[in-house]
Amino acid sequence: MSVAEQRPVPSPGSAPSQGNIIRPYGDTTGDGMVQMSFTLPLPHDKKAEGAALQLARKMGLEPALLVHAKAMGPDFTFFVVYGSSTHLVNLDDVHVVEREYPLLSAKDANLTIKKQLRRKLVVVGACIGTDAHTVGIDAILNIKGFAGEKGLEYYREIKVVNLGAQVLVPELVARARIEKADAVLVSQVVTQKDAHIHNTTQMSAAFREAYRAGQVPILIAGGPRFEDGSETVLGVDRIFGRGTTPGEVASYLVHEIGLRKGKKS
Amino acid sequence: MSRPNALLELDPAVVRRARSLARKAAAPVVKIARSHTTVSVERATLRLAGLAGADHERVPWVNHLVTAVRDEVGLEHGVTTPVYDALLRGEAPDLTTLAQKAASGNVSFRLPRGREAVAAQRAATKGVGAGLRTIDRSRATRDRLIKRHGDPRTKPWIYLIVATGDIYEDIPQAQAAAREGADIIAVIRSTGQSLLDYVPEGATREGFAGTYATQENFRLMRAALDDVSKELGRYVRLTNYASGLCMPEIAALAGMERLDMMLNDSMYGILFRDINPIRTFVDQRFSRQVHARAGIIINTGEDNYLTTADAVEAAHTVTVSQLLNERFAKEAGLEDWQLGLGHAFEINPEIPDSFRMELAHALLARQLFPDAPLKWMPPTKHMTGDVFRGYLLDGFFNLVGAMTGQGILLVGMMTEAVVTPFLSDRDLALQNVRYVMNAASGLSEDFHPPRDGYIQTRARQVLSEAVDLLDRIVRDTDAAGDAPLLAAIADGTFGLMKRPATGGKGLDGVSERADDYDNPAITALDGWTPPPTPPTPPTPIRPVRAGAPARAALR
Repeated sequence: MSVAEQRPVPSPGSAPSQGNIIRPYGDTTGDGMVQMSFTLPLPHDKKAEGAALQLARKMGLEPALLVHAKAMGPDFTFFVVYGSSTHLVNLDDVHVVEREYPLLSAKDANLTIKKQLRRKLVVVGACIGTDAHTVGIDAILNIKGFAGEKGLEYYREIKVVNLGAQVLVPELVARARIEKADAVLVSQVVTQKDAHIHNTTQMSAAFREAYRAGQVPILIAGGPRFEDGSETVLGVDRIFGRGTTPGEVASYLVHEIGLRKGKKS
Repeated sequence: MSRPNALLELDPAVVRRARSLARKAAAPVVKIARSHTTVSVERATLRLAGLAGADHERVPWVNHLVTAVRDEVGLEHGVTTPVYDALLRGEAPDLTTLAQKAASGNVSFRLPRGREAVAAQRAATKGVGAGLRTIDRSRATRDRLIKRHGDPRTKPWIYLIVATGDIYEDIPQAQAAAREGADIIAVIRSTGQSLLDYVPEGATREGFAGTYATQENFRLMRAALDDVSKELGRYVRLTNYASGLCMPEIAALAGMERLDMMLNDSMYGILFRDINPIRTFVDQRFSRQVHARAGIIINTGEDNYLTTADAVEAAHTVTVSQLLNERFAKEAGLEDWQLGLGHAFEINPEIPDSFRMELAHALLARQLFPDAPLKWMPPTKHMTGDVFRGYLLDGFFNLVGAMTGQGILLVGMMTEAVVTPFLSDRDLALQNVRYVMNAASGLSEDFHPPRDGYIQTRARQVLSEAVDLLDRIVRDTDAAGDAPLLAAIADGTFGLMKRPATGGKGLDGVSERADDYDNPAITALDGWTPPPTPPTPPTPIRPVRAGAPARAALR
């Protein structure tokens, strides 16, 4: 008997008719099936398995099916659990940041920059603090690019200054001033003890201190673990997460430059 | 041991040419390394002489003493002569007191002349000799423990990483990892330690994405692994990092505290940490001489080239770096069994034939360095967060390791780039390794790429690109008339990062040696020759199976 057959199946087509209410999908609409794995600090025995099932129920899996349990040493047990989630998601209550700017090709981005600035757009990038992982910043800045898109260095109308890894914040501010940066990109991959958050807030505060109000370059933080919508907390203009392509960053820059120009004139 | 041209039928003349170009590229840099010193080399020398500890602000005494000597008489004569001269003049009863007084500006240093200089240098030789003897004793202890507990029974050795930031958390995790099957425990350093120009002191409980390398942390972890080695009946090795601005000091501490392997790359700090090239090469030579004497296996960092560049296009840069690392290592006295040359499984899995290319690259390294315990590193760049796909990718990585007889296998985690590994991630990863090794390690006997097939052709192509690149390097020039390798580093030959010899962090800690430069550690290390036979007979590179025909017989 398959896992799906063990729980009451809602009448076919019931989910779509509820419009914006959705449940996870295993192999049938509305079955709510999810899988998860976790470890409990217990030796593997009947009691441990019971504990795993109780946890699953408390997490809203009803019924929960323990499909795998394995001892890892004398003190721990690893579990894989399948189950139908009792929770419903109302799409009306889901709020995300939709991209508010159009995606431009490199050619269009170049044209717009030329028209708006009549000079090159200057971007200074760095991994700040102790972070030495330049993968992110390099994917966006290096000509090599990411996901088949060329990096910002490839854009004729963008001047890229990539400071590399472990750049100190004062160094970054000083360099941004020298280069008359329009935008500053920082990458933060290491997240242990919220290092990415500390580093980024420190960076944005330093820029606000060093520049007159309204003159601060566009501040962008990139990294896999920034929370969506936390720009205000971090003091930056934009956050980019995992999977961001150089084209998205370029398009955003063009958009933001346009907005700022509009405000000033 | 297999001949370098065996499985891949590489042209021996091309292999010879690659090595001779590497030698040619390295020679002028070695000359620079032998004519300069750095603050870290001098501090390492004082550490060998027994100076340890730090002030209440945790600034190490070696830093205080070297700074004081440097301010008064300069670094170019070496610090030991003025330091021991001060001791002989009765400025302080011992090094620690001298450093304390120097920190508060209560000692004056001078450069002794004539008989006084000879006396100071003799005293320094005696003082530093104590540290070198500690290193020798540690090596002997390791040999004894390996004899008692035994080496891992199969190759590759399983290499697992621990990184909690807290040494007292690391210890139980490391012991658990060893019980689960790890042969080597690597304690990742706190992010950013490489750019500290001092070695932190004492047992540390706070680090970022890793635990600080300190003498006390080394001692605690080695003692813990000694306990677990005894329990398991196999010697569990300990790895740390001799890299960054304090490379020589960390090497000295590792030698004295009996670490077994050290990450130690000839150019990593320059390219990826923007540390000054001269500083790096000077520090590197000293640290490698210490590793040679301590019987430490070095691990080089070629994986980094592939994570920052395309793993197919940049494949030959790995080979070039391996050849340069080998050359610099040999020059510093390391032997083949100490060269854990690195390479990694980083080709984009989306491209066709990626696995065949991985096999070709891994075999090339295996064939070029038949007697080195190569370090095979798992995918990181193309681990997307899809842990299921990542687990499959790690399986294929393990398979290449099994088929090409790697010496050290860094266990890949499916949660790479997601979280620091859960307990269960490590368990699943080890199951993955065990399954593949059990199921397929014998393949190294059957697997023989066909003549002029895809794999042979690809390996030859990478080797020839490597030779071309080495050729470009030895011909490189710059306006300043730097050594060709330095000019090549400056103009972005490696990984597109431009690192001029006059730039980078730590340059102000470099001094050209004066004619009267004296450093008893360097004198002793230059004059040291490795024992005639390796302390432990190198375990066979491929897994041994009873009754299995030797690979040589199949050729």
